[in-house]
Amino acid sequence: MDDHILQMRSITKTFPGVKALENVTLAVRRGEIHAICGENGAGKSTLMKVLSGVYPTGSYEGEIVFDGQPVTFNGIRDSEHVGIVIIHQELALVPYLSIAENIFLGNERRGRGRLIDWNRANAEAGELLRSVGLDENPVTPVGQLGVGKQQLVEIAKALSKDVRLLILDEPTAALNDTDSAHLLDLLRRLRDRGITCIMISHKLNEITAVADNVTVIRDGRTVETLSLHAGEVTQDRIIRGMVGRDLESYYPDRESHPGEEVLRVEDWTVWHPTQDRKVVDGASLTVRAGEVVGIAGLMGAGRTELAMSVFGRAYGRNISGRMFLHGKEIRPRNVADAIEAGIAYATEDRKHYGLNLIEDIRRNVSAAALGKLASNGFVNGNEEVKVAEGYRRDMNIKAPSVLSVVGKLSGGNQQKVVLSKWLYTDPEVLILDEPTRGIDVGAKYEIYTIINRLVAAGKAVLVISSELPELLGICDRIYTLSAGRITGQVPIAQATQEKLMQLMTKEKEVAA
Amino acid sequence: MTRTVPPSSEPEATSATEPKDVAPAVALRTGTSDVRTLITSNLRQSGIYVAFVVIVALFAVLTDGTSLSPGNVTNIVLQYSYILILAIGMVIVIIAGHIDLSVGSVVALTGAVSAVLVIREGMPWWVGALAAIGVGLVIGAWHGFWVAYVGIPAFIVTLAGMLLFRGLTLQVLGNVSLSPFPREYGKIASGFLNGLLGGNGYDAFTLLIGAVAVAGYAVSNWRTRTARIKYQQPVESFPLFVAKIVLVGAVVMAFAWQLAHARGLPIVLIILAVLILAYGVITKRTVFGRQVYAIGGNLAAATLSGVKVRAVNFWIFVNMGFLAAIAGIVFSARSNGAQPSAGNMFELDAIAAAFIGGAAVTGGVGTVVGAMVGGLIMAVMSNGMQLMGVDQSIQSVVKGLVLLLAVAFDVYNKRRAGSSR
Repeated sequence: MDDHILQMRSITKTFPGVKALENVTLAVRRGEIHAICGENGAGKSTLMKVLSGVYPTGSYEGEIVFDGQPVTFNGIRDSEHVGIVIIHQELALVPYLSIAENIFLGNERRGRGRLIDWNRANAEAGELLRSVGLDENPVTPVGQLGVGKQQLVEIAKALSKDVRLLILDEPTAALNDTDSAHLLDLLRRLRDRGITCIMISHKLNEITAVADNVTVIRDGRTVETLSLHAGEVTQDRIIRGMVGRDLESYYPDRESHPGEEVLRVEDWTVWHPTQDRKVVDGASLTVRAGEVVGIAGLMGAGRTELAMSVFGRAYGRNISGRMFLHGKEIRPRNVADAIEAGIAYATEDRKHYGLNLIEDIRRNVSAAALGKLASNGFVNGNEEVKVAEGYRRDMNIKAPSVLSVVGKLSGGNQQKVVLSKWLYTDPEVLILDEPTRGIDVGAKYEIYTIINRLVAAGKAVLVISSELPELLGICDRIYTLSAGRITGQVPIAQATQEKLMQLMTKEKEVAA
Repeated sequence: MTRTVPPSSEPEATSATEPKDVAPAVALRTGTSDVRTLITSNLRQSGIYVAFVVIVALFAVLTDGTSLSPGNVTNIVLQYSYILILAIGMVIVIIAGHIDLSVGSVVALTGAVSAVLVIREGMPWWVGALAAIGVGLVIGAWHGFWVAYVGIPAFIVTLAGMLLFRGLTLQVLGNVSLSPFPREYGKIASGFLNGLLGGNGYDAFTLLIGAVAVAGYAVSNWRTRTARIKYQQPVESFPLFVAKIVLVGAVVMAFAWQLAHARGLPIVLIILAVLILAYGVITKRTVFGRQVYAIGGNLAAATLSGVKVRAVNFWIFVNMGFLAAIAGIVFSARSNGAQPSAGNMFELDAIAAAFIGGAAVTGGVGTVVGAMVGGLIMAVMSNGMQLMGVDQSIQSVVKGLVLLLAVAFDVYNKRRAGSSR
């Protein structure tokens, strides 16, 4: 019996220069939980944006059939109208409004005279909350709830719109184990009520626990749809589908000569700055001179949080653990201390955390080490230009001059400016967080070459990346991080994508 | 391996234009840039200068030259110096992405403290001045504490300060005006250095100082130029360089000439010049100044670059308190006393000066010199309209429109620059 509530046929979506989706097909049966998985950037979110009308009909090729009818959506309102509701990873709730106000936001319960009937709204909200198993007063401001409960409010909001197909994007990424289990339970109950769910998730244990079918997407293409009912499909089987592709050889060769240990972090624990949960839990790692060490982990695993908390406590609270540089314990209390000690951290989000976009290359390059250019507090502007000019040439930053405004450079060149800035601080350890995110292939190769030059010069480099091939291509050793814990350490000779993915998804089993 | 790139990350957009951009770079590095690139690259700044010249010329015509007469030029300096002093501190506050609404009240309070000590208690003039500066520093530290260490937006902190220090002014003065100051105190604002080299119908000393200033400007420009050449950086062509110095020299000497034919060199002008020079250097050349721009440009990036953001923010407000105290002294000296309502609305003039002078509302952009020109534009306009007998209400309307247009021009420029480069 093929009773499909949704069929997406031959969906192709192109962005300038990039084919994000190519001939993607997705068929979802009525009343099932359908999981979609794939690596970061495989095209899952793009596909859901096509489905929910964020990318309107006409901006992609292909056909969407919902409930037997071909449909065209020109915005979220259209897709919600037929009963498709998407809940994004970043929750879209207004923290200062009450639960009821959030649930009916944009869909207010009106009484007479077009005024909002709050009694009715609150009463209906109460019923919806009961149906998702949330025991809260509808007038409570959403900001007072934890993330897990906020997620439930989102679902209640979806239910208020008479949802028929509920899409959840990484619903448990920010939840702890109890909240996750609760949420998965709710999905099962919704299924029993006849609501179809699409769940995008990295957490394979959750997928195998609740989903009926799973569709694997890789590099913008549908790989396969597997039925999870027979019980034959294992997490390993899904992983094979997710990563099964050729490693292209665009990683420059390098001979590895690791020297003595430079950085050692022991039993590092970090709490979320506002929520009551550990983001990094007892992590220990070492990096040696002349070594590139990778950190692999899925979104939300705590990679960036680990790096930033090591970098002068720039993230988190209640940080505990010890750090050693060349065997000597250091206790950097702020970023300036960390830089002074010889640690550099190049952020994953260069536009928001890495660069002053309205300033020129010169000022950005010198920003983290102005002291080196100054005597008695006065900056030598000419020396500054000379330094920046040196890096412009060295790093092959393509810009008319060092006085070019950084905001106008391409992603690859911006990343080179970020690297220049940190190299100028003369660090012992460089932490590179997603060093090649959003830059083209040519620039990636250049960045890898720069990394190789650094380790050849005896620096210790720690690379965080979502792209496993990248880690396999440039690292000597890879740590895997899952839910804040280091779950493994793999020498490059033994590392495969499957093995890493297994370790990256290793968590406590979810109660079925 | 293809990656889905979100449409916003525009990996290709800028690289496509690179080959074109590289060509002029070569020309630039070989030595000279032409007038056009010099002007367009500095349009933000030069636009303000052009506007200033136009406004000066406009009022010179409208007032049949009275606005440029020796007496009136002196008047403008005396009347608006305290706004310019405030604008120096304000532009730094604005560059860092804050605002200070309290400076008018601080001017009043510092002047009142000084007046109480000097007029009521009969202490020497310098005790009053030092006490005012002390009060200013404490107020600045107060604001800095709340903004930098408690994390309350400066708008709120200084709005509270505006009320708080106005109230304290009334308390200190017991709700009455105090006057007059002794003669020495009044000299701070209305004294002149003249006759030191004898008078011949004009003050030779003023001209000499003017000449020294021009010479100093020329020498410092020359040294900058040679240093840049040594570092193989682009410089403007030699004739252009000379033309620039001659032009600035001519303006300064004309200004000095007018002053010399009035009452000589105002002491407050010397104070102002020293402050402008000092803060010009602080903002452009010191680590502190650069960190102010970094914080305003991208707070998160500055924090992650090791800038001690709290300390920098704290000192920015301490500095604002210091300059507000100087302005308070100058203003009390000029009005020859302290009034409960002194300094009312000064903060708005200072803020307007900074924005007209090219500072950005979002922070990270602005210069001391720009703020001075912005302040002078307001000064020349107010003064010109007063000479013409324009009604106060109309003056207010015109000033409001000028502020709006100046910032609109700035926004337009930014958008244009964003699309063309």
